[in-house]
Amino acid sequence: MLGTFTLLAVYPVLSILFLALHRKTDLVTGFALPTRLDLSSFEAAWTEGNFATGFKSSFIVAAAVTAASAVLSIGTGYAFGTMRFAGDRIVFPIILLGIIFPYEATVIPLYYDFQDVPLLHWNLLNTYWALILPQIGQSVAFGTFWMRAFFRSTPRSLIEAARIDGATSFGVLWRVLLPQAMPAVLTMSVLVFTYTWNEFLLALVLVSGSESHQTAPLGLSFFAGAARASDPTKVAAAAVLVALPIVLVYLFLQRHFVRGMLAGAIKE
Amino acid sequence: MADGERAHAARSDPVGAGAPRRRRRVGGGRAPGDPRNIGWLYVLPGLLFYVLFTLAPLLHTVYYSFFSWDGLTEKTWVGLANYSEALRDDVLLDSFVHSAVLIVYYAVLPVIIGLGLTAALTRTAIRGFRFFRTTLFLPQLIAGVVVAQAWTWIYASEGPLNRALELVGLGSLARPWLGDFTWALPSIGAIGSWVTFGLCMVLFIAGVQKIPTSLYDAARVDGAGAVREFFVVTLPGLRNEILVAFVLTTINALRSFDIVYNTTAGGPGGETIVPSMYMYQNAFLYNRVGYAAAIATVLAVAIFVLAGIVLRVGDRSERT
Repeated sequence: MLGTFTLLAVYPVLSILFLALHRKTDLVTGFALPTRLDLSSFEAAWTEGNFATGFKSSFIVAAAVTAASAVLSIGTGYAFGTMRFAGDRIVFPIILLGIIFPYEATVIPLYYDFQDVPLLHWNLLNTYWALILPQIGQSVAFGTFWMRAFFRSTPRSLIEAARIDGATSFGVLWRVLLPQAMPAVLTMSVLVFTYTWNEFLLALVLVSGSESHQTAPLGLSFFAGAARASDPTKVAAAAVLVALPIVLVYLFLQRHFVRGMLAGAIKE
Repeated sequence: MADGERAHAARSDPVGAGAPRRRRRVGGGRAPGDPRNIGWLYVLPGLLFYVLFTLAPLLHTVYYSFFSWDGLTEKTWVGLANYSEALRDDVLLDSFVHSAVLIVYYAVLPVIIGLGLTAALTRTAIRGFRFFRTTLFLPQLIAGVVVAQAWTWIYASEGPLNRALELVGLGSLARPWLGDFTWALPSIGAIGSWVTFGLCMVLFIAGVQKIPTSLYDAARVDGAGAVREFFVVTLPGLRNEILVAFVLTTINALRSFDIVYNTTAGGPGGETIVPSMYMYQNAFLYNRVGYAAAIATVLAVAIFVLAGIVLRVGDRSERT
């Protein structure tokens, strides 16, 4: 029975892969079981859909968001997990709100404020910044929650011993806690990278005016709109390409994905 | 919060956060781990990004919702006019009805299916669970745009679903599913079920493994059958997991922009329009920014309220 449902879970993924392994002239219908390994649709999709650009944009944005939110979340998680300070019990729930936050409701002002940044009068629309900055803000919520849970689980005695030895708060973090925190940081990074790579609405609203800044999912959406009627195999190939980096990372680091999404969901 | 964690918090905070502030002395005489306002130094940078790029825009959206604005010319203050219009707007009402339908597909069905399967599997050892977990989790990680492309193909006139129907002799049911006035919304709903049910399953199966086997043994000694065992042991034991699954999947259903935009874009004839889609159209296609902001505000409130209700209900059932 579990097998049936597992098949249900993979079939849509397989079906689009099968379709992508054909070319337009095959006039595929139905299950489209591939008869040969034909990668021509992938080649065509890659160049016609301009995915070299899409991948570059997505990598830049996802890498920047992942790195920045990791550094920021290590800081916030460290403070909320190991220290008491005035207001911590008010600020932490506010950050936690970010986990269920309706980000759709932020795109309208982001669009207008990035067009003409208040006070600075910069136009960040159609730049990487327009995607990077908001997604750092969004990722910090999960990151804080996740790193705080990790830092709380480290033995107090470790921190106390280091402090008695005269370590500063930064020294405790840098030399004592961070080396142990690496698996937790990796889990967080993998998830943030995935969410950022997959993001669509922000890209649609904030960078669709600049072809050179379009992310891979946005490029896929445009390409599908333009090419689906004429050649579904190419669109299928494009879809497989966009999913591929995340699926590959998932196959190698799946424990991190599952642990992050389950534990992240249950802890509190 | 787990009890263990709460205990930990108590230990690490001997003074108690509720202690009067003036009892704190700065500098010496303070045990390590006591209040350290240096914490703010670590919190501020992250908090700054969070406030600037999520909280402030949300408040800004609320502010816009009190104006009539085309995005170009001067805004005009209209008070609550956008909201009173929203109350009378049939399309908006429809979009929330569609969301409610999607919640059934995204949240209720996957939780029920997940629980059913978990119940069926509780008494058997699962061989190769890691393999199942890997595949069941996959739909969660694939971009909504990609998911939309995969299912657009499955639902296409000459796609696999219609072909399968013909094979089993139900060819008369074949149709272009996403272009069908009656079936477009359920078709999108099924995509949502597909995305979320793996998450529910993995959550529940992982949760069951944390229920002490002694509880099952006790139930069996009491002569409980599989059904009773499920309601007495499994279901209460999975309370947290069910709650989490409901919150996550319900929010997924209410947001659902990527899949709708990339399959039907709200069509045919508005049959699959959802609030986020309608907000997008008003803001960026019809240039009705103030009204779009009002829709966004209503959607945000709906999400917070629903999440609150689910968590509240869960809280109450814990006490009883």
